[in-house]
Amino acid sequence: MKHSSLGTKILNAPYILWSVLFIIVPLVIVVYFAFTDQNGAWTLANIAEIKDYGEILLRSIGYAVVATLITLVTSYPVAYFMSKAKARTQAIMMMLIMLPMWMNLLIRTYSWTTILEKNGIINTLLGYLGIGPLPLIGTSGAVILGMIYNYIPYMILPIYTIMVKIDPALLEAASDLGSNGFDRLKRVIFPLSLPGVVSGITMVFVPSVSTFYIADKLGSTKTLMIGDMIQKKFDINLYSNTGAALSFVLMLIILISLAVMHKFAGEDGEAIIV
Amino acid sequence: MKVFGRICTILMFVFLYAPMAVMIVFSFNSGRSTFVFEGFSTRWYETLFQSSQTMTALKNTLILAIISALIATLLGTVAAVGIYHMRSKWLKSAVMTTTNIPMMNPDVVTGVSLMLLFVFIGRLIGASESLSFYTLLIAHITFNLPYVILNVLPKLRQVGNTLSEAAQDLGCTPVQSFFKVIFPNISSGIVSGFLMAFTLSLDDFVISYFTNGTGFQTLPLLIYSKTKKSVKPDIYALSTVIFIAVLLLLILVNIVQAKSENKKAPQKERNMI
Repeated sequence: MKHSSLGTKILNAPYILWSVLFIIVPLVIVVYFAFTDQNGAWTLANIAEIKDYGEILLRSIGYAVVATLITLVTSYPVAYFMSKAKARTQAIMMMLIMLPMWMNLLIRTYSWTTILEKNGIINTLLGYLGIGPLPLIGTSGAVILGMIYNYIPYMILPIYTIMVKIDPALLEAASDLGSNGFDRLKRVIFPLSLPGVVSGITMVFVPSVSTFYIADKLGSTKTLMIGDMIQKKFDINLYSNTGAALSFVLMLIILISLAVMHKFAGEDGEAIIV
Repeated sequence: MKVFGRICTILMFVFLYAPMAVMIVFSFNSGRSTFVFEGFSTRWYETLFQSSQTMTALKNTLILAIISALIATLLGTVAAVGIYHMRSKWLKSAVMTTTNIPMMNPDVVTGVSLMLLFVFIGRLIGASESLSFYTLLIAHITFNLPYVILNVLPKLRQVGNTLSEAAQDLGCTPVQSFFKVIFPNISSGIVSGFLMAFTLSLDDFVISYFTNGTGFQTLPLLIYSKTKKSVKPDIYALSTVIFIAVLLLLILVNIVQAKSENKKAPQKERNMI
């Protein structure tokens, strides 16, 4: 038996080495850069500097929360409807939801400028009606719209996946016992779909709060987010200590939100990753 | 409820496809603007296919995706087998947690952390350019690995130990039993892991942005640098070509799947008899 254990060690060695070198060590270096100055001396100055970015941090979290809530409310009925459709229709709808996800984030985001610009499609149409032009691009709304557009499939898919698995017999039992449509939704469907909802929220919130490019392209300087700030810091200086401190804080935000979501998911509510 | 659900679904698809439709329409714009449609022309497609910059970026993207997916698949499959046979529960959960980090961490943080590692090492060894094709390749392998492992590991669990033990009782060496018994049973997981790694690598912008050297531009990086300046419809032409390619690929996959399901169905019946 000793023999196979040696074999296991040989099989594991390259990957363990790789993940220590390229996953663990880089994170340690981020923390190291966050707590040192340009000369490598320990300091808390970078972390103290974070309060100058308090507004950007709060804005990033706020935008991501709003985008997540809107995606949840709009995705839920769609996921429900999909789960009730015929098998063939379900497959086609799945494909149609996945298809835009195959396009690059940059393209998906940029094409919204054509629609939202001052002389873009919406304002041209409004112009025919004698309204506008409305300021659409460069607003918080445009940034949140961009997030919703890019990440909504991550909400629909996990909720749909779990709804398909709900046993129709449970719903029949509920109506036999006298619950109406709303009761069934509230007391049977929703509680059972909760793990899907939780993983949907996680999968939309995490990329939303950390995105860069979306706020840069669809927003203005007033809608800058933490991801954009990190990018700017490292564009100026490859050894940016402030950039590292911001990345460190972003990592903490993600860790905290994952922990909160994990708590919501409960013991057996393992998040499903599609 | 039913009507409401249907309306929501229709609105959702309008929302999802409006930008795609806009992109396709404006790729045929005869003018230079992505906002004002002047007339129909295919000039931007001609520009696109004649542009050596775009073609080089396309070639680079494919090279990077193939090499990184191949290495990640090899390394990841070996790792999955190793993790599956790991005795120590503590070590196993430590390795799995580490594997989850690149999937949970925001791309910006993964990109920044790898870049800092590379410039840190570069500074230590005194290299003039710490970022290159190789750092980009390492970054892509790193974020591809978890997806390969998570595709292969469940297949290994499905197969279990009994088959390879039986093979070894019948005189196979452990290596022979792996290639004759285990490998054929986990190959579908390996293939889907490879495909996932390949597409993730094709699509990646954020991590590439932080870890690439100056000499090697991929398609997403090219698109980024183009959308920084005033954009011409050639980007939309490029996107439309990608869109059509993906659409055809998905349709093909769907047809193949439907066919294999049809084939499987009678087989099941036969097994029942």
